[in-house]
Amino acid sequence: MVNYIKLIALGLVTLLALIAANYARDVAYLVNAVTVALAAAVAFLFVLRGTGEASKTAPQNEYLDGVVRAGVIATALWGVVGFLAGTFIAFQLAFPELNFDWAFGYMNFGKLRPLHTSAVIFAFGGNALIATSFYVVQRTSAARLWGGNLAWFVFWGYQLFIVLAATGYILGATQSKEYAEPEWYVDLWLTIVWVAYLAVFVGTIVKRKEPHIYVANWFYLSFIITVAMLHLMNNLSIPVSVFGSKSVQVFAGVQDAMTQWWYGHNAVGFFLTAGFLGMMYYFVPKQAERPVYSYKLSIIHFWALIFIYIWAGPHHLHYTALPDWASTLGMVFSVVLWMPSWGGMINGLMTLSGAWDKLRTDPIIRMMVISIGFYGMSTFEGPMMSIRAVNSLSHYTDWTIGHVHSGALGWNGMITFGALYFLVPKLWNRERIYSLSLVSWHFWLATIGIILYAASMWVTGIMEGLMWREVDANGFLVNSFADTVAAKFPMYVVRGTGGIMFLLGAIIMCYNLFMTVKKSPAVEAKNHLVPAE
Amino acid sequence: METYSILREFADSWMLIALFAFFIGVVVFAFRPGSSKVYSDVANIPFRHEDKPAVRGGDAKEA
Repeated sequence: MVNYIKLIALGLVTLLALIAANYARDVAYLVNAVTVALAAAVAFLFVLRGTGEASKTAPQNEYLDGVVRAGVIATALWGVVGFLAGTFIAFQLAFPELNFDWAFGYMNFGKLRPLHTSAVIFAFGGNALIATSFYVVQRTSAARLWGGNLAWFVFWGYQLFIVLAATGYILGATQSKEYAEPEWYVDLWLTIVWVAYLAVFVGTIVKRKEPHIYVANWFYLSFIITVAMLHLMNNLSIPVSVFGSKSVQVFAGVQDAMTQWWYGHNAVGFFLTAGFLGMMYYFVPKQAERPVYSYKLSIIHFWALIFIYIWAGPHHLHYTALPDWASTLGMVFSVVLWMPSWGGMINGLMTLSGAWDKLRTDPIIRMMVISIGFYGMSTFEGPMMSIRAVNSLSHYTDWTIGHVHSGALGWNGMITFGALYFLVPKLWNRERIYSLSLVSWHFWLATIGIILYAASMWVTGIMEGLMWREVDANGFLVNSFADTVAAKFPMYVVRGTGGIMFLLGAIIMCYNLFMTVKKSPAVEAKNHLVPAE
Repeated sequence: METYSILREFADSWMLIALFAFFIGVVVFAFRPGSSKVYSDVANIPFRHEDKPAVRGGDAKEA
């Protein structure tokens, strides 16, 4: 019965999407509508094939791991796509000839840059968060995922969101809000997917068999709820036409800017920090084979982090039309934020106390430790850069880009790689990872790549900031903007080289994970088998 | 007073106190007597149910 309702709904979606494609007012909308129609048609066929079959009740004595496996594959592949896009645009900045004439308007820096940021944050990071949260919430609740195949809807719905957003960017559908570029209908779709995600996650926690909710789940839950709130507030817009991609923001001027950076900074705070801390609180203890250093500290720094992060956004708008009190508020909270951030870092690092020898033998734990190290470094750098006097030098320079990447590549990237190396043998029932020396290669390539990236951006950022403010004896500016661009060239090449190394590491990881599934010996069956789903 | 001023006055007085009191409450709660025992037990949650959910109605502590 349920299947018939699904079939009717999917059929209607296909039809409506095709009608929308017919009336489309712009290319991006047309392509997105056709994509939706195709996705709905494929889902229709899939449901149709299952209709009439005896429905299999989900075995409650097994975990739902198929969706986690899919998430792991998606994370690894989107990661490579995102890093490749980033490396390419890094070289576009160094060598403008790479903005090819034949691809002008489609593959120039301005079009590819949001593609890169969305690919790494939402496609790579988002898939990593969804997959690991599904894995962790089941293990720490001792219960199968709630909602049956709803978890699969979340996974495929999220991939559709990524594809719609990415094709939209290239064809010009953007609401020009950093990290919130997708247009209104893509935002609506993400809202539906996200509510389903929240339902699966909370449903699993509700039916947990462990009386206590483990701290990793607190972080994941705060990430899901806060991102829902941020997404809704920052995307309040009115479409010009239901058959076009263009929409107009409800807020205007400085209110819009403040809403955007309230969103933008908390995307960092809750997507890239809280969610990944949830990852840290499960995978670091598992890999180190010892419980987290201080559970009390984890509770206190959780509440401190979510109470303080939400106020830090105004530091993106120093020296703008934003009132001074608001920018001071953002600055003070950013500095205070240093403490809960380092609470998390200390807790993660000290989990290894008594097991530091593992660093010598286990490149996966090494990866996790360096990620926590980068977390500590970038959460020290961030508060410093939010101080108004420092910001007057650093803002609009490459220093900001360097800061973001030491956090994103170092913290988010490395902890995700560590989690993937942990997960693949478990999920595919393998004894161990295919090659530890390849993990070491990945580790060193990625680490040196990040160091090249961050160091070159410090140099070029501070140089650029100083050149901009340099005045001669008569008070005239010494450098033109083009002078700073020319001076930055060598550092841009160094940055791109760092990117290549990081990308190479990720490709090695994909090979290693693939070979783990293909070649690594299976775990000897003890008294049970991991079910094939 | 216009809405903006009312909200601002509320935000930087009562709401600030409420949030701060909640946070202090969390810290006090985390350090309540007997918490160390509870937390050293729950910190081991990740090591209990690696392969299978807890048996229905069974004791969650049994791995």
